Amino acid sequence: MEFGLNESQEILRDSARQFFTGECPMSEVRRLMETDTAFDQRLWTKFAEQGYTGITFPEEAGGVGLGCVELILLMEEAGRALLPGPFFSTVALAGSIAHTVGTAAQGKEYLPRIGRGEARATLAFLESDASWNPAALQMVAKNDKLTGEKLFVTDAAIADWMLVAANNGVFLVQSNAAGLRIQPMLGMDLTRKIYAVQFDHTPAEKLAELSAISKGLDIAAVALCAEMVGGMQRMLDLTVEYAKTRKQFGKPIGMFQAVQHQCADMYLETESARSAVYYAAWAVEHESPDAAAAASIAKIYTSDAARTVGNRAIQIHGGMGFTWENDIHLYYRRAKSSETMFGDATFHRERLATHVIDAGSTAAQHA
Amino acid sequence: MDLNLTAEELAFRDEFRAWLESHVPKDWSAWREKPLEESFSYLRAWQRKLYEGGWAAVSWPKEYGGRSATLMQQAIFWEEMARVEAPPMANALGLGLIGPTIIAHGTPEQKARYIPKILSAEEIWCQGFSEPNAGSDLAALQTEARLSDGHYVVNGQKVWTSYGWVGDWCELVVRTDPATAKHKGLTVLLVDMKSPGVEVRPLRQMTGESEFNEIFFRDVRVPVENVLGKVNDGWNVAVSTLMHERGAYGARLILTFKRNIHRLIELSRTVQRNGRPAAHDPVLRQKLAQCYAEVEIMRLNQLRAFSRITSTGAPGPEGSIQKLFWSELNQRLQQLAQELLGPLGQLVAGDAHAADRGIWSYGYLRSRGNTIEAGTSEVQRNIIGHFVLGLPRSY
Repeated sequence: MEFGLNESQEILRDSARQFFTGECPMSEVRRLMETDTAFDQRLWTKFAEQGYTGITFPEEAGGVGLGCVELILLMEEAGRALLPGPFFSTVALAGSIAHTVGTAAQGKEYLPRIGRGEARATLAFLESDASWNPAALQMVAKNDKLTGEKLFVTDAAIADWMLVAANNGVFLVQSNAAGLRIQPMLGMDLTRKIYAVQFDHTPAEKLAELSAISKGLDIAAVALCAEMVGGMQRMLDLTVEYAKTRKQFGKPIGMFQAVQHQCADMYLETESARSAVYYAAWAVEHESPDAAAAASIAKIYTSDAARTVGNRAIQIHGGMGFTWENDIHLYYRRAKSSETMFGDATFHRERLATHVIDAGSTAAQHA
Repeated sequence: MDLNLTAEELAFRDEFRAWLESHVPKDWSAWREKPLEESFSYLRAWQRKLYEGGWAAVSWPKEYGGRSATLMQQAIFWEEMARVEAPPMANALGLGLIGPTIIAHGTPEQKARYIPKILSAEEIWCQGFSEPNAGSDLAALQTEARLSDGHYVVNGQKVWTSYGWVGDWCELVVRTDPATAKHKGLTVLLVDMKSPGVEVRPLRQMTGESEFNEIFFRDVRVPVENVLGKVNDGWNVAVSTLMHERGAYGARLILTFKRNIHRLIELSRTVQRNGRPAAHDPVLRQKLAQCYAEVEIMRLNQLRAFSRITSTGAPGPEGSIQKLFWSELNQRLQQLAQELLGPLGQLVAGDAHAADRGIWSYGYLRSRGNTIEAGTSEVQRNIIGHFVLGLPRSY
């Protein structure tokens, strides 16, 4: 048993770190967050050249054919860089779901253009009740046409197609389809844009039954957790650095246990979240019997820990941490939007309870 | 990353599993609730059996009677022990902490003299570290040893010594040079507990039992050849013992935690809350799920630490993360048990209504010690802050 990364995984992680820091420094993040879509075609083309946009797609569909562990390594680095734009929506979310619910033929039709950097995509799931429970979805396709409204759709304005989770299936809608209307929603996270999407008898192609969506959703949730871990790591690094250099009462503030012990807790929380996320990625990829439970455990812990780490980071930065100029709040905003995406800790605790408390609890025996 | 067991790990597991099947005592359940004073000879006999099968100290190098087991094999060993509910071994400190320290720092003569009898449980070891005025600040210890015609003459007092009442030998940290800075003047002595001037008293703890002892040393003569490591280098020797304490212990605890959370889930199906099983109460479901998740993360942190130690070659500060995580988690788990059981939670062993023969009221009280023993949570956070994050020392 080996829980560490192998050599090629380490190379992938290190080169991604170098790539994201080089191509998308905080100055670029701040420039993009002030734009309407936070999207930059030049940057996107470079992702594609690195193979990042097709990282998990099968080689027949023009992808690199790597697994969920490699995906989360990229996401962790993207999170550390607070990467703006549709990488998560396109590759980890819509890509993972299209790949897992679609037929091979559908995969060959839709995935290669993403892999080549020519197309972007997203998922429309939440409705006005904002519930991540698939059973609560109200929207129904009639005669392959969708009518109604979806909310909190990430990067919808720059998506070439979107997957739509409806009560009677997973559908694919082209961005130029009739009756589609996309309007920005004003969220706290400035670096990942969200939209309300209205459908009015909009033509849609059915890819699968709704129940098929769960594996793809779990992959996307774990990938999002990895992005959160990257953000936590960055907040920890910035905070420790600040605690070493900022002096009060003639000493670095990191010398005071009230500060130092909070840093230790941030470290414990970040490392524990990383353990949960790496395991969940492996379990989901290998379809382990506890895969769904592992994904929930990752989302439970990471959702709470990302917020707590952010709270501590701001507190330790003192007045500086409360300024617009300091970068912590940008990570903190992202952490809050990610906390609720795919369900927050409360949602996933209940979901985990159905696995380990109710019924036969197979996950409990395998975990 | 590959979380399946390798062929060697599977072979190791199967070999030990087969050995256990034919050797593990079947009557442990009848003994386990008796006081340690009564069951100790039983535990000695069990360790002797493991020793004869070559299983007493799998982590030790082969040349000293171990199996040079990898960390993952050690985890498998404890998992198999727990799976068959095997009794613990009598010489836990000797095998887990003191033996490895003697192997690392001892002379060839010391290794030949002490190691085999640690393995066979012929000689039980205890650890004399903490003192009334030296707890977290261990280097402030005052028990002194003065050289006098080929012997160190020891005077002072130790506290919180496990197995003191049954110990044949003690790994004792003493001050040999009162003139130098506090870490530098310490030496580790191997002390025969039958020496004149050694007095052992029970230390009664808040649970009512006496797991630990106080030991008084009055003009106790220890031959110079019983110095472990170098004179005045005792701090480094002691620290290597503490590293073992924080690292390996966590692996064994995971199984206890898994058993406890599964038992709590089981209890939640029968304990009633507002006219329905607690398992249907939305608030308790949240708390049980949170606890379940944290127990699982404790296991995953341990596995990741093993992979890291295997690649770097030495136990490092990751032991502090584990210690901090499990000790605080156990307090939350025990509090959850109390919430689940309501008024029944307070009942102690012997009460006819006590759930699980009172283990939850005991566990609740005992868990307060978890964040104090083997390095307080505050000390662990200092270690993480300074040694992992590179923050300046706070003390």
